[in-house]
Formats: sequence, structure tokens, C-alpha cells
Amino acid sequence: MTTPLLETRNLTITFGGVIAANDVSLKIEAGRNLAIIGPNGAGKTTFLNICTGWIKPRKGQVLFQGEDVTALPPRKIVQRGVARAFQIPQLFTEHTALENLLIAAAARDGMRNPLIDLHDTPARDEMLHLLEMVNCADVAHRLVVELSEGQRKLIDIAVALALKPRLLLMDEPTSGVASSEKDGIMEILITALAEAKVTSVFVEHDMGIVQKYADEVAVWNAGNVQLRGAPAEILEHPDVIRDVIGEVA
Amino acid sequence: MSSVSTAPKTDAPKHPKSMLWIVGVVLLAAVPFAVPSLQLLVTFALAKGLAVVGVTVLLRAGQVSFGHALFFGIAAYACAFLMAAIPGADLALLLLVGTLGALLAGLCVGLFVVRYRGIFFGMLNLAFSMIFWSILEKFYHITGGADGIRLPRPTVLGMALERGPFELILYYLAIVLMVVLGWVTIRWFASPVGQIFQTIKTNETRLEYLGVSPRRALLSGYLLSALLCGVGGVLMGVAQGAVTPEYVWWVRSAEMVFIAVLGGAGSVRGAFLGALIYEIVRTYASAYAGDIWQMLLGAFLLIIILFAPGGLIGIFGSLAGRAVKEDAK
Ligand SMILES: Nc1ncnc2c1ncn2[C@@H]1O[C@H](COP(=O)(O)OP(=O)(O)OP(=O)(O)O)[C@@H](O)[C@H]1O
Ligand SMILES: [Mg+2]
Repeated sequence: MTTPLLETRNLTITFGGVIAANDVSLKIEAGRNLAIIGPNGAGKTTFLNICTGWIKPRKGQVLFQGEDVTALPPRKIVQRGVARAFQIPQLFTEHTALENLLIAAAARDGMRNPLIDLHDTPARDEMLHLLEMVNCADVAHRLVVELSEGQRKLIDIAVALALKPRLLLMDEPTSGVASSEKDGIMEILITALAEAKVTSVFVEHDMGIVQKYADEVAVWNAGNVQLRGAPAEILEHPDVIRDVIGEVA
Repeated sequence: MSSVSTAPKTDAPKHPKSMLWIVGVVLLAAVPFAVPSLQLLVTFALAKGLAVVGVTVLLRAGQVSFGHALFFGIAAYACAFLMAAIPGADLALLLLVGTLGALLAGLCVGLFVVRYRGIFFGMLNLAFSMIFWSILEKFYHITGGADGIRLPRPTVLGMALERGPFELILYYLAIVLMVVLGWVTIRWFASPVGQIFQTIKTNETRLEYLGVSPRRALLSGYLLSALLCGVGGVLMGVAQGAVTPEYVWWVRSAEMVFIAVLGGAGSVRGAFLGALIYEIVRTYASAYAGDIWQMLLGAFLLIIILFAPGGLIGIFGSLAGRAVKEDAK
């Protein structure tokens, strides 16, 4: 058997009395798109936080490509090939959309030359292309603080993609994006991920999106994986209809 | 969509404003002949201006240091000690040693303070400068205590000069350093490293998730700021011919922050403009207005903060009929 791209073993963490991760063991194989669904407060974001080293679990391990990364800070895990887009976009608000991407590319490429202009770095065209991909080319030169929530979420994803990760973690990628645009964006995103051979994990509340774009679904409940399987099968499951879909609707 | 590839390149509209700056530098260069009485004052102002640029660098990352006179003072004392050890040492050597001293101190202090932000960052810098200040005061058999140490005139490229020509050379050296280091700093701001440094101000979480250590990013700018203060300190020490603990006194640090805000927080050109105006006002106001000059400056700063947050450079920019933020971008 091949090593999973990401594996967690018995992740456990509590906040006060809340058990946000309760013995989570999960393997994520390379090349697939895994959707995470579950009610509010189930621990989905917490799982991403632990996988990227932002929060240290009280118990358990995170392995990326077989290497134990549990004790590493986020930047070291990022350097190994994990990128993240956030539930609340994390951008440089005093920079333009394009500059956010150029900075990401500079970080990726380890640009050290102090006399070259950020705008003249070789990744410029590549980054413009990424912006186009997420439908934000028209706002490339606007400060992100001026943009809509949906646009900021998409730029946040583009920033993560700019790092050319092996694994991309996205927390509700299309929340805040106009529903008319959601499908188009996901279509392009999933195609691009497949082309670049990027594995993705995305938390999603929109079951239509899950149905269409996930290869697999994991259902979170009370800090653990309750069910896992193919979208068709999971979305029909009575427990899921009761606990997750019922709640969202 | 098509507008994207034809990105607004900012080079073109910059020229008229650059011309103004060139005129400014030329005017400064004429001072020793046109208004010789201002020569020393301008030398002091430019030395301070370099240190203010150091403080300005940190402002770009949203951090305020209330202790940067430390690096100013360390560089000046390094020069004084060097002159004591090697009488007749050269100005070039002083510049090198003083700057390296400030850089080394910047590394030691920086490694520690980059763990903190905001008020803690500011106060820790202050604490370090006060520790150094008390060392200077207490170990008077080495440091000369409150009286400080003399900093005899160094040779210039091997030539021993009289006071007049020496001060003239120092004056032009200050202008050259202003132009060169100012240019380097502005370029650095626009460079990938400098841009990464400035993101400390808005989102360290994202920075960490780009695989970059925010502390390291902050340290890069901290070292630049220490270097700039160091160069300023060497110039000031050599121009005054003596160094005293007053160089690292907290009021000096506060003055740097004051001038940085006055000139236009975050602007390199504003730092020099602010330093020039500050020195002139200070000198003439204290001569003609006695003790109330500080009150006048305080009131002036208040007005700037309330009505012209872009600082002198912002006012200057609008007077010149140009957008404020060109330099600041
Ligand atoms: N840093 C923290 N400190 C304290 N409590 C936390 C922290 N992070 C998460 N929690 C708590 O842990 C539980 C799980 O939160 P989490 O954000 O992981 O849920 P989620 O599944 O992402 O929910 P949502 O769908 O609303 O985003 C919640 O009760 C939350 O309040
Ligand atoms: Mg969440």
C-alpha cells in the first residue's frame, strides 16, 4: 500500500468543555478531492487548524507524506507542500489583489534580491493568469480591502494555489460567492487542481457542490468523522440527511 | 480583462516629482556657498534624517520603536573608541566600523524584540536603549560618563584636513549618503523582501501560511533600520566631535519618531524633509522664542496628525499638485 498524502492518528483536542477533535484518524490519498461536511461547530475548521500546525493537538499525530509534522509550525508544513485557504480570507489588506499573489509567489520562490521591484518578478504573468482563473482579473489592481467577501475568498484560494502545493485545504471556498458564480468557479478550480495534480480537501455547506465536485465525502460530527464514502451514497444516508442536510436547509 | 496585461506602470507620472527632488538636492548642495551659516545645521539634520528613515522603515511594518537612538549612539561610540585606539583613523574606517557596530547590536536586540509587537515592541526597544544609557553613565572610566568622549577629527582617505574643508567634505558625504541610502531604502520597500516585511502590518497569519517566518521578515527590516541609524550616528558623532550618553537618551528616540510622523509616517523623503524643518525650527525657534518652541512643535504635530496625516511630505505633495502617496507606495 502506498503512503497516504496526509494521515492523522487519534487527534484529540478540547476547548474548555468542548471536544473539538475527538480521536480523529483519517487517511487522505493523493489525487482526490475530499469534501468535509457537518453541522456548525462540528470541528471542521479545527481539523484544518491541527493538520497545518496552527493548533497543537493534546493527543495524536499528523503525518504528511509519511513524515510526522505534528510539532512543526504552520510555515514548515507549508514549505512541505500544504497550502490553505481560510473560512475568513487571510489577505494583505493594504496590498492589491495582484500584489497578494506576487508576494505569495515571491515567498514560494525565495526571492531575495532587494533591488528588483515586486511587480517585475518573473511570476507576474503566472499570477495574472491565476487571478483570471478565479474570475478576479478585473480587480487585479484594487486593494483587497475594497473587494467583496466573495472576491476575497477567491483571491485567498488563488494565493494558496500560487504556492503550488501538493495538498490544498479550503474552508468553505465558495461561501460569500454569488450563487450564480459558484458552479463556474468550482468547475475551473477542480479542473485546475486535477491538471496540476493537487489533492484537495474542502469544507463545504452547499450539498450541490459536494455532489458535483467531491470524489469522496467525510461527515464530521461532534469532533469526529461519523461517516465517509462516495458522495452519492453519503448524501442519501438518513443520518446525514437528519444531522447535516436538515440543519443547513 | 484586457486591461490586466496593460498594468498601470507607475514610472511615467513620477518624473515631474522626481525633478522636484533633484532640485531640492541641488539646492542643498549649494548651501555651503549660499548660506554658509546653515551648513553645520544641515549636516546634523541629515544625520538625524538617516536615523529617522530607520524608524520609518519599522513604521512600514506597523511597528514603532522608542529606542532607536540606541543604534545611533552605539555607532557614534564605536567611532569614538576606534579613534582612541587608532589615532588618526580614517573616516571610511569609522563609517564601516560604526555601521557594523550598529548592525551587530541590531542583530542582538532584534533577535529578541521581533517576538513582540505593538506597545511591547516599542517599550522593549526603549528598555534596551535605557540599559545602554545607564552603562554609558556608570562605567565612566571607560565611557567618560555623562561628559562622554571626544571624537577627534579623522583623516579623509589618508589626508589630515583642517576643520573647514573637513566639515565641507562631511556635508557632501551626508548628502551622498542621503541620496544613496534613501534610494536603496525606497527600492527595498518595493522589492519582494521589503513587501513581505510590510505585510507584518496587515496579516501575519497569511505570512506564516506562505511558509515565511514573520519574525525573520521583521528582523530583515529591523537590521536595515539599525544600519540607517548607525550611519546617522557616525555622521553626527564625527560632525560634533564628541559623543555623550545623550545620544541614546530616550528623548532622542522619541524625537526620531516625532520627526518620522511630522515628515509623513512611512515616507523616506518625508523623513529627510521632516528632519530639515525640525532642525531649522528648533534652532531658530529656540533662539527667538525661548522655551515655547517645544510647545509650538507640539501644536504643529497635533495639527499634522489631525489635518494632514500624510505629514509634511503629503502637504508638499499636494502643493506640488501631485498625488500624496507616490513615494509611499
Ligand atoms: N481556538 C479556539 N478556542 C476555543 N474554542 C474553539 C477554538 N477553535 C474552535 N473552538 C470551538 O470548537 C468547536 C469546533 O469549532 P470549529 O470552528 O472547528 O467548527 P466548524 O465545524 O468549523 O464550524 P463552522 O461550520 O461554523 O465553521 C466550536 O465549539 C468552537 O467554538
Ligand atoms: Mg469552520
